[in-house]
Amino acid sequence: MAVAARPPPGIQPAGLACLTLAGCSGNQSALDAAGQEAASIAQLFWVMTTGGAIVWLLVVALLLYAARSRSHSEAAASRLILWGGAVLPSAVVVGLLAYALWLMPALRPFGAAAASGLRIEVTGSQYWWRVVYRSPDGVTVTSANEIRLPVGQRVELSLASNDVIHSFWIPSLGGKMDMIPGRTNRLSLQATKPGTYRGPCAEYCGTSHALMALQAVALPPEAFDRWLAAQAKPSPAVAASGAELFRRHGCGACHAIAGTEAKGVLGPDLSHFGSRLTLAAGILPNTTDNIERFIADPDRIKPGVKMPAFGMLPREDIRVLASWLRRLE
Amino acid sequence: MRFIPKPIETLWTLFTAPVVWAAHFLFCYGIAAVYCAKQDQIGISFAAVRIGIAGATVVALVLIAASAWLAWRQWGFGAHDPPHDDPTRHDRLLFQGFATLLLSGLCFVAVIMVALPAWFVTECVR
Repeated sequence: MAVAARPPPGIQPAGLACLTLAGCSGNQSALDAAGQEAASIAQLFWVMTTGGAIVWLLVVALLLYAARSRSHSEAAASRLILWGGAVLPSAVVVGLLAYALWLMPALRPFGAAAASGLRIEVTGSQYWWRVVYRSPDGVTVTSANEIRLPVGQRVELSLASNDVIHSFWIPSLGGKMDMIPGRTNRLSLQATKPGTYRGPCAEYCGTSHALMALQAVALPPEAFDRWLAAQAKPSPAVAASGAELFRRHGCGACHAIAGTEAKGVLGPDLSHFGSRLTLAAGILPNTTDNIERFIADPDRIKPGVKMPAFGMLPREDIRVLASWLRRLE
Repeated sequence: MRFIPKPIETLWTLFTAPVVWAAHFLFCYGIAAVYCAKQDQIGISFAAVRIGIAGATVVALVLIAASAWLAWRQWGFGAHDPPHDDPTRHDRLLFQGFATLLLSGLCFVAVIMVALPAWFVTECVR
């Protein structure tokens, strides 16, 4: 009988270590910081981990020492318990706490420190994100499921929810903040490296909670300004053939598209839908095929989604709508 | 009249330090929350709130240190070794003194930890 070859000893722990270490980088890792806040948090993590490791090694060393050595005077033992068991742990814990508190003012928008330019309002809904940019010169841009930030500039985020509790977290850029119905929480972020980062909803919010994510794109400041200026105007492709179908099939009851009659506010704003990287809040690449699939049967892609299925529309209409939406850049 | 109270045999002295800790905790969190919620209507700065917390902390630490000293005296200034588990009045007294002393130490550290955020946080979060 053939016996399955046993892996050499150590291969499984090594594989496990590789899997674990793979989590230390990537576009959704708090340890691969691309923002000032995330860098502080990563630093805090390493200081705490190192502090914990040193304490653990000390305790284990003491344990081995106690197990091996035979005789101790009672006075020496009492002294060791007092200093090693009470005074030292208290001092270490107070020290680590003080370090964490010392980092804290940089992680939250305290008072005037965050008196900045750009403000982004993000509102969580089951299962997508409304994003409104308010620039200091009065430009307002509405978008969804993607936020863009200028690298090197502090951005203040106002976080709200209009149904259940969601949580906003872009691990590569900063800490986590809940979005609570009836209240506005604030978070400030400063991206330090251009790139695209992923932010999952971090609080269970319903059936498709795991299918609710957003992309955060950090752009060089000039590119960001150009992008925002372009977003403030209707897409050049808005007048094409799909616009009439969009109106006729009633899509405008829920969705808004700048430059058309569509002013709906129940669903995501689609004014520049084609320029987004993903479809359906971070779960599919933004391609014409995927848009078609989503229009025809959104519930299949995202169970529990509020958008009804439009599979009864003529196949050709869905195709035209999808390619029109894809071109709204 | 004497300034330092006579040793008394009651369980209540055990609770002095935890009660001071609780009162200090309530004061610090209460004053910071109320101030930050109503800072437009209150004419003082956050620095004044932090000074208030610092003052309360000093008072709390002095009270806890006093409670610890009384407990230390009750324990006989360390002249006897624990565990004090004989069923005698003397051992009961020593045990209670020792327990109060340890509890006071815990509360002393806890009060410092409660006050620490006011050292580093200089403004209300918006």
